[in-house]
Formats: sequence, structure tokens, C-alpha cells
Amino acid sequence: MDAIAFSVNGVARSVTAHPASRLSDVLRDHLGLTGTKVGCNAGDCGACTVLIDGKQVCACLTAVAQVAGRRIVTVEGLADDRRFARLQQSFHVHGAAQCGICSPGMLTAAADLLARNAKPTEADVCGALGGVLCRCTGYRKIVEAVLAAADSGLEPEPLTTGRAVGRRVPKPDGLAKLTGAERYAADEFPADALWLRVVRSPHVRARFSVGDLAPLRQAHPGLEDVITAADVPENSFGIFPDYKEQPVLAEGETRFRGEAVAALVGNYETVTRIADHELPIRWEPLAPRSTMDDALANRGEPIHADRPDNVLIHGRVVKGDVDMGLARAEFAAEGEFDTAYVEHAYIELEAGWAERVGDRIRIFACTQTPYMDRDEVARVLAIEPGRVHIVPSAVGGAFGGKLDVSVQPLLAVAAWKLGRPVRTVYTRPESMASTTKRHPARMRARLACDRAGRLMAADFSGDFNTGAYASWGSTVANRVPIHASGPYFVPHVRAVTRAVYTNGPIAGAFRGFGVPQSTIVHEALIDELAERAGIDRLEFRHRNALRAGQPTATGQVLKASCGLVQCLEALRPLWRRAVADCDAFNRDQPPLGPSRGLRRGVGVGCMWYGIGNTVIANPSAMRVSLRKDGRFLLYNGAVDIGQGSNTILVQIVADALGVPMDQVGYVMGDTDLTEDAGKTSASRQTFVSGNAARLAGLDLRQRLLRRLEVGEDAVLGVENGELVAIDGGRRSAIPLGYLPADGRGDIDVGHGSFNPPTVPLDTDGQGEPYATYAFGAQVAEVEVDLELGTTRLLKITAAHDVGRAINPTQVEGQIHGGIAQGIGMALMEEYHAGKTENLHDYLIPTFGDVPPIEVILIEDREPLGPHGAKGVGEPALIPTAPAIFGAIRHATGVTVRQAPATPDRLRAAILAMQR
Amino acid sequence: MSRYFRPQSLDEALRALSSAGLNILAGGTDFYPARVGSTVDEDILDITALDELRGLQETEQGFRIGALTTWSDIITAKLPAYFDCLKLAARELGGVQIQNAATIVGNICNASPAADGVPPLLSLGAEVEVARADSRRIVPLDQFITGNRRTGREPGELVTAIHVPRWSASARSHFLKLGARKYLVISIAMVSGVVEPDAEGVIARCGFAVGSCSAVAQRLSDLERALTGEALGGELSARVGPAHLAMLAPLTDVRGTADYRVDAALALVRRTIRVLAGE
Ligand SMILES: Cc1cc2nc3c(=O)[nH]c(=O)nc-3n(C[C@@H](O)[C@@H](O)[C@H](O)COP(=O)(O)OP(=O)(O)OC[C@H]3O[C@@H](n4cnc5c(N)ncnc54)[C@H](O)[C@@H]3O)c2cc1C
Ligand code: FES
Ligand code: FES
Repeated sequence: MDAIAFSVNGVARSVTAHPASRLSDVLRDHLGLTGTKVGCNAGDCGACTVLIDGKQVCACLTAVAQVAGRRIVTVEGLADDRRFARLQQSFHVHGAAQCGICSPGMLTAAADLLARNAKPTEADVCGALGGVLCRCTGYRKIVEAVLAAADSGLEPEPLTTGRAVGRRVPKPDGLAKLTGAERYAADEFPADALWLRVVRSPHVRARFSVGDLAPLRQAHPGLEDVITAADVPENSFGIFPDYKEQPVLAEGETRFRGEAVAALVGNYETVTRIADHELPIRWEPLAPRSTMDDALANRGEPIHADRPDNVLIHGRVVKGDVDMGLARAEFAAEGEFDTAYVEHAYIELEAGWAERVGDRIRIFACTQTPYMDRDEVARVLAIEPGRVHIVPSAVGGAFGGKLDVSVQPLLAVAAWKLGRPVRTVYTRPESMASTTKRHPARMRARLACDRAGRLMAADFSGDFNTGAYASWGSTVANRVPIHASGPYFVPHVRAVTRAVYTNGPIAGAFRGFGVPQSTIVHEALIDELAERAGIDRLEFRHRNALRAGQPTATGQVLKASCGLVQCLEALRPLWRRAVADCDAFNRDQPPLGPSRGLRRGVGVGCMWYGIGNTVIANPSAMRVSLRKDGRFLLYNGAVDIGQGSNTILVQIVADALGVPMDQVGYVMGDTDLTEDAGKTSASRQTFVSGNAARLAGLDLRQRLLRRLEVGEDAVLGVENGELVAIDGGRRSAIPLGYLPADGRGDIDVGHGSFNPPTVPLDTDGQGEPYATYAFGAQVAEVEVDLELGTTRLLKITAAHDVGRAINPTQVEGQIHGGIAQGIGMALMEEYHAGKTENLHDYLIPTFGDVPPIEVILIEDREPLGPHGAKGVGEPALIPTAPAIFGAIRHATGVTVRQAPATPDRLRAAILAMQR
Repeated sequence: MSRYFRPQSLDEALRALSSAGLNILAGGTDFYPARVGSTVDEDILDITALDELRGLQETEQGFRIGALTTWSDIITAKLPAYFDCLKLAARELGGVQIQNAATIVGNICNASPAADGVPPLLSLGAEVEVARADSRRIVPLDQFITGNRRTGREPGELVTAIHVPRWSASARSHFLKLGARKYLVISIAMVSGVVEPDAEGVIARCGFAVGSCSAVAQRLSDLERALTGEALGGELSARVGPAHLAMLAPLTDVRGTADYRVDAALALVRRTIRVLAGE
């Protein structure tokens, strides 16, 4: 191996590496420049984009030998050029980075553009950045940020005391994400860590036995150990206490393609060179239950011995008398709908490292739920939870996919056994094959209304394919029936679900827990009902929208913050304009014929979504301290997965204390330092942890005011080493040096906790499953090419009732990102095990697939929420596919019964209808 | 440990190639994605330092596209209008970071059924220049690609260039790609067409090819014959029928069904003709 010399960010470097090494690996591993991210190693995600001699190139596709003598610029070096520093600032101010894992690639691609074209158009930006995928932002704020940087950039508003909530403040962790400084799961590891590579089942379902591993170890001196099921102290985990059924490493039988069967631990070269077939594993393939039909036919051995019918759980909500409601109705619509496995496709691959520290284990990894990880790892190692220390990395996107443990138990078992640090990073195919997906659903429903278009009854049944293990299947089965009749007042409801085991990939939590699927059903049927009743589709929804005082399907009467009516009213003018535009366009089109087949359509989708866990307690506890250095610190157990909890919690705490935001720091998710804030899911962190953080801030403020002996309204602050309060004209101060601090450096600590109040559901599913609900409605305008079956989105307008937007930029960002994922679900995303385990066969929306989005924020305050806020993370995605499908139907007459509406499916449906 | 050669001269490269089984590496955009999660352990001939293979020159017969010409080079090159099909393909191939690294010759040599470079080059009547240490041969592109990821390149051979014959100045071309998303998408089907009208607007010569609908992209020879001698304009596109696409043998895969592909290819051929004929 020769030394290869080149320049990086203006500094001459020389590395000794194999000439075929990927430049991305050399930058990260040899030069410590971990700002360049790796999301696929295949050119598909663009996260590794760097500039070589000023041109954007994928570092993962570049042999390091090819950069000899050339100039490389990575994200770490962008700020050296004033134009590019402005670009970073513009991303910061516009909220163009959510999780930030794509930002290095976006910024370098944008730098290439701006260096060539000082005044780019929107189309230029999309073209130049089109090779970088983002799963969080929906791209719109990135486009805005690049255009603004080319213009002039933007200064953030100055921070003012006690007025952070409701303002567009940039993320406190934003600049770190934009300079490459942020530490994601693959970015931190000790130099002496062993590498762990998982060997996975090539079969969908098989029995297997592992032979003598000694010869393998002898043949490969760099192989330290091969971990198998026998090494796992308690080889079972799972989300809920009743379903601890998933092995860390399969024992004798594998139940899905990609299931972990062994882990090779040693030096990286050795464990990656060993081919899976070198392992002494004898496979005996079994007949798989590939589909729900196979599984429910209930022949042969069940997938889990203790579930003979292959059904994990039944969900049920019954209110009133559905049969009577249906019988008395004037109009009815019914249909069956199917949806696909959908992959989270966060750009950050699962990664981390673990180390045994005395009789404890410490794990650094990406996660949405450090405390569940702690308990799961403790269980697997058969030690007390207090001996597990979880340190969450910055998370490069999750969307529900990092709620289940992935690398954590594997790393823990290996590090525990070997007494040495162990690290791993999944490959993209491995990540896609082994982690959870959105449940494919097969749903059938009947909806009926009276002559005036008032909904009378909803009868829904749905089967949800939960794959090989339970994961969050029960959550989906329980959440869907509650939401299956939509955000409407329906007197008679019957909604039943089953979560069905198959030998498919594990379906778990994915933004919306089944509600995005069931919303497709009720919204399609509402469109048909509206047509039958001769009522405009938006007005039909307005007439039926759930209003405060009306009972939901579970008999819960919402007293406030029930904003669907406002959403629809806000959309009404636009809707009328869009319907008129689209009718005009279609009138002007030539009659159908070869090469003549564009038709436009408009659709509207409505949603509601219960915030937080379904009935199950989900408290959050927060602490805020005054530090001896005079700063405030939020001990924040909530993990920010890009959605921005680090920002809004700090905003809330700053206002509760009455100090400027930049005086409040935070630690995130470290289980030794924080308290359990619950998981980052169910759109609950703003509502639940926001409340806890606010209470903690208020508590600390009270304590400090008492120390200073001033009244409630005093202005609190830290100045020149003194804790100061000004109460009216009176100034009261204590030098910080006089105040004793505890071992952590905290002078005083405020506590806050919140658990949303709910009422358990009875056997008919009646009760109060959630303390509050988010509402929203979106309008999609589309153009369908009837001849090719392709759908082009023209615009999406989204009105969401979020209670209160703590940070409007972030709320918009969530809505944009949710819409982008909804577009994917509607038009292109369909995961097939073994066929689409990469980001070129599994398609997610790119820059060119997300149309202009207009966001309308409705703030119908939730009395229980912090400053009136609810949640928006999942709600944003839910109405998108229904709105698009409504628009497709409007354009073509075809009701989309199988999602996604890929070009071939839509074309086939159009042909079938024309026949 | 694998060996890695990055010679500076073509002679050196060809000598190395004749003596050892070497994998050729150019832009790496097909090479590395095929090796996700594994370390490279084959011996490699990296041709990216061979300056002789760089660049695009006009020759007596037409144009010579050197083996290191990237898609970005094609986009920025000043070329006659009949290269529009190749430029359009270039713009839609991967993202800019792929276009900056990936070579046209690599696209041909990788011989994917979905290679976007193949239909334009087929429709233009391109030929492939293949060299070995002691000789050099020219092969028509439709004979060079022999199957799904198979070419007629023999051990010891390096593709040094693609030759595109000269068309008359009146010739123009078009390319249409169908995918399920806007950027970074593998074609479900794509069509390229070139027409050369004479002074009267009658098609003197034309070329059409369809990709992603068979193991190897196909030239539509029947269609070319049918259109030659016809006047551009009118309802020329309506003359195209399923029979002209009879040689396509598409597969059903995650990107689309076989039926859909044929159906869509027909629509794309008609649209290509409409554009070329100014219908
Ligand atoms: C994210 C992404 C998106 C893509 N999108 C598209 C797309 O939309 N359409 C499309 O058609 N392609 C697409 N591709 C593939 C495209 O980039 C390649 O086909 C490219 O043109 C190959 O060129 P290269 O220089 O990178 O080849 P390499 O990867 O270096 O080599 C490719 C193959 O050709 C051989 N080879 C290369 N040069 C020679 C030579 N001179 N003589 C003999 N053999 C040689 C190599 O040995 C290898 O087998 C995409 C790739 C990626 C990563
Ligand atoms: S890591 Fe290079 S493109 Fe994804
Ligand atoms: S911000 Fe782009 S992937 Fe998360």
C-alpha cells in the first residue's frame, strides 16, 4: 500500500490505505472527518457527497487512488468560503436540517451549484441537489434555504427573554448538524473497538443448526469470536411484556429473511471477508407463511407455537348499532383496500458501540427510546436495568423504525462476553432486511349516510400483517379501530382488527401506527358517498367533522381543541379555486387518444390522531437545574430524532424560567443523567414532555425566586456571576459562588412530570384512550398521464390544528416531511423482502417528487397542552395519500384500491375502466 | 490483498490487461454499488489516469467519445442537434454526482438492460472501439452487447471509445425516460429516436431504440423501415403500432409488469415521433 496524497479542505494530507478504499471510508476512518455521511455505499442517497476539484461526487463511489493530487472539500471545510458559510447559515435559519444526516451532502451539492451559478432558479436547485435524498424535510425548506443563500441569506431573530415560544428560533443543535460536528451513531467509537458483523438468514423460514465453529476461527486469525444464541443470557425481547418472543440471535428456526443467526466479531477486514457460506450452518428450509392468507388458512405449524391461529391480537371498537345504522341510511359506499410494506428509509444506518465498564454496560447507539433500550438490554444480559447505561447518539432519522432495538442487544452481548469495546454499522441492505416496516393492511369497510349527507354508520375490518414478530403489532391493532371511522361524528361504529403473523419482515411502528392505512379507506368511501349524495366533497366533510361536544367512536367527548372544522374552512377558498382550475384544464384538453391524455384532479383528505399512547400510561419526567457556572441545564430524557424536541423543550423551559433561550443548555437521553421521558413516538414529546419541561422550569423558577425572596413576577437572570431578580424596582442578588452545588454541579433543580389523563377502554373499546387529538386536512392537486399511469403532483395545501405552534418553522418542517412520506406511500413505496433492499429499487420521493406545499396552521388551543400545544409529527403524513387518491379519482374516475398507485397499477385500472 | 494498477499510458494498461485477469474500474458507479458491505478483493485496473481516453473529438466519420468521457462532459459539450437524445439521457441519469463520475463507456460495458446510454447510442448507430495490446477492432454497438450484463469484450480487451457516425445537419433526436419518480430512477422503459429529414422534409434516415423492455435494448428496425421515406409531420406517430415493438420481451419486476412496459413503450415511441415530427 502506497501513501496517497491529496488536499482536504485546503490541508495537504497523505494516507496509507488500499487504493480501492472508498474515499468516504478514508475520510471518516483515516482522517476522522465524520461529517461526510454514509447512508448506502451505493450512490443512491448522496449523503457522502463531497467536492473533488470543485465538482460534487459521491465519496462512496470514489477509489481513494483516484483523488491523488486533487482538492477535496467536505462539509467541515465549507465555512472557509464565505458563500458557503452563508449557505450553512441559511440552512440553519430556514430549518432546512431536521435530523441533519443529509445536510452534509445537501450543502456540498449546493456549494457546487452556487459556485457555478450565483442566481439559480428553483429548478436549478432541484436539479443540482436531486442526487441527495432527505427523508425528513420534504425538501421544500432546503430549496428555500439555497435560494435565500444565493440571494442574501438571513439573520436569525435575536433571542429575547421569556418570549421563545411561538417564535421561529433555529435549533440549538442546528449548526452542529450543518458543520459536520454532530455525532451520529456511526461517528463515535474507540480506536480499539472490535467490529461485529451479523450473519443473517437467507431463507424466509428455515430450521437450522450450527456446527463446530472452531475450524472457522482457526482459518481466520482476526476472528475473535462467533456469537450465537447460546451466548445470549436471556434470548428474547419484544416491546410489550406479553410478547417477549423475538430472539437476539435465532435459535434453531428463523422466521423471516434477514433474521440474525450469528455475529462475527473481530477486526473489520476479517469479519467482512468471511462469506456467510463459510459458517458451518445446516439449513433446512420450511414452507413459509408468506402472506396473511397463508397464515390465516392456519395449516401446518404456526409461526409461533403459542399462537396456533397466527393471530397476535384482535382490536375492537363498537358504538351504537351499526346494522341498524346501515339499514336506515340512504347512501352507502363500500370497498376493500390493500397497502404495502413501507420502509422507514431514514438515511442514517443503525450503528453504535458498546463497552463493558466494570459490572455495567455502556451503549452508544441511535434510538428513539433510551429507557426501553436500557430495560431490553438488561433483560437480554439478565442484569438489573441500573447496570445498563444508554447514551443516545444524534439520530439521523427514525420515524418509528428506531423504537425497536437493532444493534443494541447484539453489541451488548458481544461486549459483555469479550470484555472489549465492540462496534457495528449496518449496511443498507441489512438495515432494510432486518428492521421493522409499516404494516401492510387489507381493509374492508362500509360507510353510510342519510339523505342530507350526515354519516350514520361505519363498519370497518382490517387485517394488519405484523410479520414474524410482534413488535408494535398490538399498538396498531388497538389504535386503528379507534380512528377507523375518521375525524367525523358517526353515531354507529363497528371497527375490528387483527394483527396477523406471517414470515414477512417485522412490521412495527411507522409514523401513524396503522392510521395512515385506515384513513385511505374512510376517505375513499367518503368521496363516493359525497358523490352519491350530490354534495361537494369538502362540504360533506365539513358537515360531518367532529365538533367539540360530540362523542368519538369510543364515546369520548372532546371539550376543546377540535379543529377540523377550522381546517376545512381555511381550505375552502383554495379548494374552490382548485376545483375550478382543474375543470377548466380538463375542458381544454383534446379528447383522449394516443399521446393525448393529461387530466387534472383535486382531492381532499382529513385526519385525526390521538396524541400519546393508547390508554397505556406514558409519563415524562424532566429536570432543570441552575449550574454553578450560571447557566441553566435541561436534563432531557426525550430523544430528538430530527423532529426538533431539543429545540421546543428548550424554548418552553426558557420561557418558564423567564430567561433567554441561549442560557439554557441540555443533555439528551443519557440514562445515567436524565429521567425517563418516554419514547419519541405517538407525536407525544411536545405535548407530554413539553408539559414536564414546562413544569420543571416553573418549579426551578419558584425555588430560585424563593431563595432571592422576591415575588412571582420578578425578572430572573444571571449577571456577572450573580443570580439576580428584579421585582418591581427592587433588585435582589446572590453571588453564585455562595450557592453550594451538588456533585454534578447543580445549584438547584426543578422537577416536572406529566402523564396524559386517559380512561381505560371497556370490551367494546369505549373509554377515553387519549387526552387530546390532532386534526388536519390536506388538499392535493394532481395531473395524471392517462396513457402512462403516472401522477404528477402540482400542489399540496395542508391545514393542521396543532393546538399551538411552539416553533412554526419546525411545525412546517414536520408537515412538509410528513407529506413527502405520504407521497411515497401513495405513489411509489412498496417493500419486497429480498428484492428491494436498497435505495434504488426501493424508491422514496426525491427533490422532484414533492410539489410546492402551502401550510396553514390552525391553533385551536389544547387546555392540557404546554402553551396549548398538541403534536404534529405523525398527523402530517396521514391525510396525504388519501388526498392524492381522491385527486386521482377526480382526474381519472379510478378509485385506488391498492397502495401505492404505481404507474403500472394505475394504468391497468384506467384501462379496465375504459373497457 | 488485491492488486491495484493505475497506469498513466494506454500501452501500459493494455499490457497489464493482457497478462492478468484484471477488473476494469472507471467512474466506479456500477463497480462500488455491486460491492456493498464487502471489501474489494479482486485485482483492479483503474483506467482513470489514462489521459488518452479522455475527451470527445470530431473525426472524419463523425464523433469519437473517449472511454473516460463522463455524462457531465456530454451535457456540457457542444454537439450537433442529433446528440440531443444522448444529452437528455445524460441529464436524467442518476444525480449530478453520478453524472460527474460515471462514464458512457462504463454504462455500455456494464450492459444493464436499463442502461440509459444504450438506446440513444443504438439509435445513432454507434460503434464500439475495443483495443488489446496488439490490435484494435470496431464493433457495432448492437453486436457488442450480447445479453443482460454480457458484452463481447474478451479478456485482455479494453473499450477505448465509442464512435457515433455523422448525420446530416438537419438530423435531430429525442429521448424519453419513464420512471416512478423524478430523479435517481431506473427506467421502466425508455425510447430514443433520431430522424434525418431531407430538404423536402422526407425522412432520409432514422434510428429508434427501446430500452428496459428486453435483456438488451432493441433497435426498432421495422419501424425505421416504415418511417424512412415518409414525410415528417401530419399524424406520423399514429402509424406506429404494437407490431413495430414485437421484438420486445420485457420482464415483470418491481418496477412494472411486462404488459405495462410494452404498452408504455408504445406510448413513448409515439410521443418521441410527435416531438421529432413537430406534430
Ligand atoms: C445512484 C446511481 C444512479 C444511477 N442511475 C442510472 C440511470 O438512471 N441510468 C443508467 O443507465 N445508469 C445509471 N446508473 C449507472 C451508471 O452510473 C453507470 O452505468 C455508469 O455509466 C458506469 O460508468 P462508470 O464509469 O461509473 O463505470 P464503472 O462502475 O467504473 O464500471 C462499470 C463496468 O464497466 C466496466 N468498464 C468500465 N470502463 C470500461 C472500459 N473502458 N473497458 C471495458 N470495461 C469497462 C467495468 O469493469 C465495470 O464492469 C446509476 C448509478 C448510480 C450509482
Ligand atoms: S453513501 Fe454514498 S451515496 Fe449513499
Ligand atoms: S434532515 Fe434530511 S434526512 Fe433528516
